[in-house]
Amino acid sequence: MNKRWEVFQHSSDYRFTPYIMAGDPCEEATIELSLALEQCGAHALELGVPYSDPLADGPVIQRAGMRGLAQNMNLEKTVKLVSKLRERGLKIPVIIFTYYNLLLQLGENRFLKLAEDSGVDGVLVPDLPYEESGYLQKMCSEHNLALISLVSPTTREEKLVRLSSEAEGFLYCISSLGVTGIRSEFRAGLDDFLKAAKQNCRVPVLVGFGLSTREQIQQFDGSSDGFIVGSAIVKKIEELESDLLTNREEAIKTFKSYIESLLPVYSR
Amino acid sequence: MTTATVPDNRGRYGVFGGKYVPETIMFALEELETAFDEAIQDREFNELFQRELAIYSGRPTPLTKADRLSESNGGASIYLKREDLNHTGAHKINNAIGQALLAVRMGKKKIIAETGAGQHGVAAATVAAKYGLSCKVYMGKEDIRRQALNVFRMKLLGAEVIEVTSGSQTLKDATNEAIREWVAAVEDTFYLIGSAVGPYPYPKMVKQFQQVIGYETESQFKEIQKGKLPDAVVACVGGGSNAIGMFAPFIEKDVPLYGVEAAGMGVETAHHAATLSKGSNGVIHGSLTKLLQTSEGQITEPYSISAGLDYPGIGPEHAYLHETKRVTYEAVTDEEALHALKLLCENEGILCALESAHAVAYSLKLAKEMQKDQHIVVCLSGRGDKDVHTLMEFEEGGE
Ligand SMILES: Cc1ncc(COP(=O)(O)O)c(C=O)c1O
Repeated sequence: MNKRWEVFQHSSDYRFTPYIMAGDPCEEATIELSLALEQCGAHALELGVPYSDPLADGPVIQRAGMRGLAQNMNLEKTVKLVSKLRERGLKIPVIIFTYYNLLLQLGENRFLKLAEDSGVDGVLVPDLPYEESGYLQKMCSEHNLALISLVSPTTREEKLVRLSSEAEGFLYCISSLGVTGIRSEFRAGLDDFLKAAKQNCRVPVLVGFGLSTREQIQQFDGSSDGFIVGSAIVKKIEELESDLLTNREEAIKTFKSYIESLLPVYSR
Repeated sequence: MTTATVPDNRGRYGVFGGKYVPETIMFALEELETAFDEAIQDREFNELFQRELAIYSGRPTPLTKADRLSESNGGASIYLKREDLNHTGAHKINNAIGQALLAVRMGKKKIIAETGAGQHGVAAATVAAKYGLSCKVYMGKEDIRRQALNVFRMKLLGAEVIEVTSGSQTLKDATNEAIREWVAAVEDTFYLIGSAVGPYPYPKMVKQFQQVIGYETESQFKEIQKGKLPDAVVACVGGGSNAIGMFAPFIEKDVPLYGVEAAGMGVETAHHAATLSKGSNGVIHGSLTKLLQTSEGQITEPYSISAGLDYPGIGPEHAYLHETKRVTYEAVTDEEALHALKLLCENEGILCALESAHAVAYSLKLAKEMQKDQHIVVCLSGRGDKDVHTLMEFEEGGE
């Protein structure tokens, strides 16, 4: 476990992990948005990679991916973007969120070496379930990267025990079935699922998928160690698209006050 | 032969296949695999499936000798396995009946499906009506425009057609969207996939429900030719379901097999759907296979005049049969397919689907290289009524 993960794991806050798409709406905006998120108190950052066929994502993140693709953003550039983020002073763990096909084409080994050298801390592959992840898991440990595991309310009990006890970085608990997107309701029995996930887990348990308001976030405070917000933030970035391209300083200000309105009062 | 051991217990055909899907639906794939394995061991289920194929779809479909076509072409004689004579006009119904019966057996009341040209959508809507299931069909906006007739047919059958506006708005995006819906509704919904693609166990299951094509062919051919096997078997390949069903009984036997992909405007252009000839290894719709993509891994949009072959991936077993060289895969252009379609029409009085015309076109080439006393069987996967509009546009637009 590296220093950045250590800080993340030892934090006593209700950990905030935002997701944004690399290259949305342009590379420099991604850098400034990332820094703004850290200034607002983010404990870690998930950086999405644009993909033509994101089958775990809803419309908001699909559109962000299209914008990233239009900027010719790709996996290799996303990883290299992380070293720029480090140069600009970003200190929190960065997790690359990529579909498996992109990893395969860049080459798993090439990716891992590049990621390690660029200051990446973790990898999350939404279409690579545990059953198919043996090789990447092994290679990630050799390169000091955490392969983030996702568990769902539909994950069988024995598997939940195994995944939560072996989890590295953090354990990602999906709050509801379906793809990423903003939701008004969550699944009944979610607290029990989170409790079960926490039972065997050595790393923080984060809840994600669908969270978009402070009230929703606070509702999981007792049962999890942190939360992930993706679509709601990406949607804000979409709203600010033209300002982020032409009037960035103003846009980042608006973005920060939006993030502050989202966060639980005590986590700032 | 080398193919006896595939798929292995992890759903692999060599390196191909597997289950590259979100964790949320992993349990559903396990549940499906268990239910499917039990069903095909169950005599009652098999008898029910065979009975439905017979009394609902009209099987067995005939094996027709194309006398005049073979004569005018020269070389080997050509036999047509008449999947076009199935209920709803294509082989797609075999698989749809099989999966719908499995859905009923598993107690699922809702099915979802993806469709490109609308053939599988119509088959899914048909079995949903017959077995009293609700049915949602995902279809790209662009395909909805191109295939208005089939959209209307699905609605008549009581299905809900959902327009997909993501990505390039065609079959690959409709499939993404069907998978997304499945992830959301997985607890009570059965995903009725339309070809031998997708995460394991789908490729195995679709093959099982389509292999009736090959087994019927084998026994019909043996009866006509006094126990002999054909000298070549040819089928078109989109996702690969009619081909894998046709090849199934012959893979372990000494029969040359040919899969025919769509070369569209030519494999040397950017406008084709020749996945095996031009694609590379990657993951699409839950399976590791060959696909058409950029060097960075963005999946590209295929092209073919036939909507049913217009798919950037291919079933993992075909990727494997290609790699082991057990099956020879060739590509046929739009123009060659159209020409073959006309020849078949004029010489045999059969209007076949544009997809099937690719297989016919390749058989005509192959026959010329073979002896007069040899025999080729072609899977005529569907009828061409659905393509009349495309054919009219082509006639008016060109020549
Ligand atoms: C008549 C016909 N043949 C062939 C195909 C291609 O599918 P597959 O390769 O799964 O047989 C289709 C698909 O729509 C079809 O409608």
